[in-house]
Amino acid sequence: MNSPALIIFVALFAFVTILGFFAARWRRGDLNLLSEWGLGGRRFGTVVTWFLLGGDLYTAYTFIAVPALLFGAGATGFFAVPYTILVYPLLFAVYPRLWSVAKAKGYVTAADFVRGRFGNGTLALAIAVTGIVATMPYIALQLVGMEVVIAGLGINMSPTIPGIGVVHDFPLLIAFTVLALYTYSSGLRAPALIAVVKDFLLYATVIAAVIVIPAELGGFAKIFAAADPKTLILAPATAANFGPQSAYATLALGSTFALFLYPHAVTGLLSSSSRHVVRRNAVALPAYSFALGLIALLGTMAVASGVRGMPQYAEGFKTFGNQFAVPALFLHSFPNWFVGIAFAAIAIGALVPAAIMSIACANLFTRNIYREYLNPNCSPKAEAQVAKIVSLVVKLGALFFIIGLPTQYAIQFQLLGGILIIQTAPAVLLGLYTNRLNPWALLLGWAAGMASGTWMAWTNAFKVSIYPLHILGVIVPCYAAVSSLVLNLAVSLVFSWLFNGILRTPPRDATAEADYA
Amino acid sequence: MVANNSKRKGFRPLYLLLLIPYAAMMWVPSYNRIEPMIAGIPFFYWYQMLWIVLGAAVLLPIYFSEERGRDGQ
Repeated sequence: MNSPALIIFVALFAFVTILGFFAARWRRGDLNLLSEWGLGGRRFGTVVTWFLLGGDLYTAYTFIAVPALLFGAGATGFFAVPYTILVYPLLFAVYPRLWSVAKAKGYVTAADFVRGRFGNGTLALAIAVTGIVATMPYIALQLVGMEVVIAGLGINMSPTIPGIGVVHDFPLLIAFTVLALYTYSSGLRAPALIAVVKDFLLYATVIAAVIVIPAELGGFAKIFAAADPKTLILAPATAANFGPQSAYATLALGSTFALFLYPHAVTGLLSSSSRHVVRRNAVALPAYSFALGLIALLGTMAVASGVRGMPQYAEGFKTFGNQFAVPALFLHSFPNWFVGIAFAAIAIGALVPAAIMSIACANLFTRNIYREYLNPNCSPKAEAQVAKIVSLVVKLGALFFIIGLPTQYAIQFQLLGGILIIQTAPAVLLGLYTNRLNPWALLLGWAAGMASGTWMAWTNAFKVSIYPLHILGVIVPCYAAVSSLVLNLAVSLVFSWLFNGILRTPPRDATAEADYA
Repeated sequence: MVANNSKRKGFRPLYLLLLIPYAAMMWVPSYNRIEPMIAGIPFFYWYQMLWIVLGAAVLLPIYFSEERGRDGQ
């Protein structure tokens, strides 16, 4: 047991729990309305939105997995940096339109928007289901982030509880139950408040890490000298094969277009108080990207520190593989009390996105499945009540995912999730600019993208999302999300042209151009 | 929200600036190298970190021109 670390960790965890319940009273609104519970009343200003989106997008899993990738595979893992660079020009240019139309028409989800724009319930259902399926494993992975640091603290994951016997993953069970309860009562206000605490802990950790660890290891020159020279940069392209460079570029590009299609990102975005808040955040959020870049380099530092070969961390690496690199590096480099702060930053960093993701799934289910198909005449209060219950169910599902199945499945599903969610891009993103696309053509394109993307991932046994394309005799390794999206786009456009030419049905658009400004 | 609509329609050339970070980051061979290093950090790493700042900087002129447009109405 690491006692000072443990005490600080538990104290910080207790503090955010209280904060989570208190959040219901913050900027008080009628939590019996879905837009209040599930979007915080669309009242978050620039600063709160910055914290909320920062906690939402830069998840605990990111902070464990990205350095783990650099630790294990080298330069390829750094694609997270260009990815987060390219996200913000897109957010800046395109997404204020989504905010405006959602505000004007009372939309809570991306599927709501598609329903209104194209007047087709089937297409909206496809968008909603894609969102839920892509997000569920992502919630499960937040648990993995938490699991890794709890194990790093030396807490017994499977204690014997008097009267019950051995309970596996007991600390996770506690943490997630508490999270589920305050999400239920406070809605999106809870993660918004907790995100502020998480950020202070996180920035303190990152600043300490980049000051302390390179000094301990003898400077960056020594750190990079210890890395495998073959993976320090990407292997160069040859005449016959573009190699890891095209994989790197397409991973960054595909992840960019996927990110703000995820339901939790849309929820965070729509909770802001104006389109100007969205714009300002596109300028201010790159501060997190900088922190992410530094955290990514922790993977390289972990290689240089030699934690892999140290007997006291062997158990952790055996259980969690490369994902134990950052916890091991912190345990090795920081004084014990500071490990408590750093690990709390990661664990609390898991609570924020897990809460927002479950709220986002609940919004999708309630709006686009329950109210659309099961109970069209439900009262606003009943709608909010269903959403609250669904947020509980979603978290339970994620918990079973992690406890019942090997962690590897969650990781593979999440990998697939990016490929699936990007297939909603034509309907959502092109939909922001035109209603001339035919909804059935968009549905065909979606199906083609889903099928081809899943097939490409399947050929890699869902372990890698890079699929080698053969273009004019040259092998171009490409992120399956990008190649399947190109197919999706082609099908959507060609069939729209075809259907519109034959049927000449006027668009059934519930929105007007003025709604987007 | 409705009144300023007609003025804000159409394509604004300033938005082309947003393509610069895409061009820079998609052209991987331009930064896939070790030299020149800064403080022991290979080019590959510090160059991309630098683009985080440049990427945000590219947004600023568009942001300010939009804000000015908002005040003028």
